[in-house]
Amino acid sequence: MEYITLAHGSGGRLSRHLIESLIAKHLGNPYLDQMNDAAILPSQHKIALTTDSFVISPLFFRGGDIGKLAVCGTVNDLTVSGAIPEYLTLALILEEGLAIADLERIIVSIAATARQARVRIVCGDTKVVERGNADKIYINTAGIGFLRTDVPVSPAQVKPGDVILINGTIGDHGIAVLADREGLEFETPVCSDCAPLNILVDQFFGPGVKCMRDPTRGGVGTILNEIARQADVGMILYEESLPVHPAVVGACDMLGLELLHLANEGKVLVIASPESADEILARMRGHELGRQAAKIGVVRAEDAGRVVMQTALSAKRIVGMLEGEHLPRIC
Amino acid sequence: MRTMDRQDKARAAKYLAEIRRLADQPLKIMEVCGTHTVAIAKNALRDVLPPQIRLISGPGCPVCVTDQSDIDRFLFLAAQPDIITATFGDMIRVPGTSKSLQALRSEGADIRVVYSTLDALALARKNPAKEVVFLGVGFETTAPTVAVSLQIARQENLKNFSVLVFHKLVPPALRALAEDPLLEVDAFLDPGHACAIIGIHPLEFMARQYGKPGVVTGFEALDILEAILMILRQRVQGRTEIEIQYKKVVKAEGNVQAQALITEVFAPADAFWRGLGCIPQSGLAIRPAYRSWDAAVKFNLPLFQSVAPQHCRCGDILKGRIRPGACSLFGSECTPLQPIGPCMVSSEGTCAAYYRYNIQ
Repeated sequence: MEYITLAHGSGGRLSRHLIESLIAKHLGNPYLDQMNDAAILPSQHKIALTTDSFVISPLFFRGGDIGKLAVCGTVNDLTVSGAIPEYLTLALILEEGLAIADLERIIVSIAATARQARVRIVCGDTKVVERGNADKIYINTAGIGFLRTDVPVSPAQVKPGDVILINGTIGDHGIAVLADREGLEFETPVCSDCAPLNILVDQFFGPGVKCMRDPTRGGVGTILNEIARQADVGMILYEESLPVHPAVVGACDMLGLELLHLANEGKVLVIASPESADEILARMRGHELGRQAAKIGVVRAEDAGRVVMQTALSAKRIVGMLEGEHLPRIC
Repeated sequence: MRTMDRQDKARAAKYLAEIRRLADQPLKIMEVCGTHTVAIAKNALRDVLPPQIRLISGPGCPVCVTDQSDIDRFLFLAAQPDIITATFGDMIRVPGTSKSLQALRSEGADIRVVYSTLDALALARKNPAKEVVFLGVGFETTAPTVAVSLQIARQENLKNFSVLVFHKLVPPALRALAEDPLLEVDAFLDPGHACAIIGIHPLEFMARQYGKPGVVTGFEALDILEAILMILRQRVQGRTEIEIQYKKVVKAEGNVQAQALITEVFAPADAFWRGLGCIPQSGLAIRPAYRSWDAAVKFNLPLFQSVAPQHCRCGDILKGRIRPGACSLFGSECTPLQPIGPCMVSSEGTCAAYYRYNIQ
């Protein structure tokens, strides 16, 4: 007999296996089978549709809470699919005994984040389950957005020579949640980067943007590996150019975590054509969500399907995908 | 990410140039510690060292050297009702003969990942109706913190806390390696963290008795390059010594206070090591004064006589006899997701590091 384990929900290889071998197998259709962050549906306006569930523990953490996360997660999935998010649904599963004050705090956060992201919550649902059958509150949001262009951004457009950009420090969310959950203290506290990315992408989106992904569970390393495989290209990252919060690096060393496998909730990886990369980087840095944006690597033909890191000593090593359970319930 | 500033890079270039100049014949260096294995892989140091220098990974990951029988023993205890098992994260996926802690947890066993022994004590205070068992797996590095938790438990008379101890000692394992006629290692990078506790005197027999030089090494790329250079200089100058590269942390006499803590709570005992077998006086046992908090005594745990999985060559890998790629299971049946041997599970395991960083 096989059982579901926490590793099935970690965003790594086992999650992917579960989705492909069980969920997509039974629920597959041309839209679900695209397996992108949002399904692209036919309509007069091309529509992007996505859904996401949020089960994070703790509910409130430095830099965010489950409500903010529930809006940002769905907004960001639409955004990186090349859509402008418009409408969200909101479904709540509440555990008997949840304090009304906590629920109100979460709803207020949802409203504030929705205003910031310029989206509307247009329908919803609430269920309550017996004490012990859920952990305080679970949230599902679905979202609809309108595509910015007729051709959706996707790995299919990525070519050797393209430049890999990110809008700021890597791994903050993963470490912030871990620190709050485990009571770890750092000299300079790390805050989650949780933020709606559409307001940033508005600043730089253009024909030079080939592909965008938000490196949530599985982190930058796993997401870039996925793109490299889908596009059948290689990638080289420059370790020295990765933007990081020093406390995040310290925590990784102390706890044996891989920086490039840590979750982010307000980061976008942009693969841009070489001629537009500088302009996009400058526009990112002009926005509050992109002050520490950086070029972190380039796409190349050699080592197709692989991501390679070049260290400060010009030595090279492989960047792998997250394997199995990393940190439980981070989003 | 600034891993090195301009000065560091200049120093690294200087070390590498001198290493290339002095490495006129093959030199096999074993890094004993799993943290070194990961640091070498993460910094891709093999990619910049001359081919004469061969780095071989040794038995320095405590998860990896835990014997199959001991793994089955703690899994047996973790499956009992009203037990909360508190463990460091690396143990969660270690496969026993039939299952792992992770599999037990999905079946309802209460297994918690903790980051210190103090967390385990807090769990015991918070759950007075349950028995909290901490899995003590590690070397001299973590033994003092386990000792402190036992002292606190005794002071507070915390009756529902106990430790199942599998702690091991580095010097006897090095002796067992040196005694192995098949060992093909010329020198050792000795573990910086363990030596911060025990100092270097307990390792000096390796140089005196077995003619194997060693350098106690830190964990940055620069530390490791400097240590390799120190070994080369010993060879060129005809010296065979145990030296300290990691001077900012390690003193020759070690941490005397921590040593006293270990001695107060633990006594040396024979221990089984995966791959190395039974090594006399190479483990730690809880002294009689603390036996009320010794999980093996408290729960009258049976001994297991388990055998390692068929075809798994973790034992040979731990002794540096083969590289992970030479194991028929490596990367095919045995991956970090579905590990067969413990070297693939622990983030500091040799197989996991070689797999993650794709080292051939």
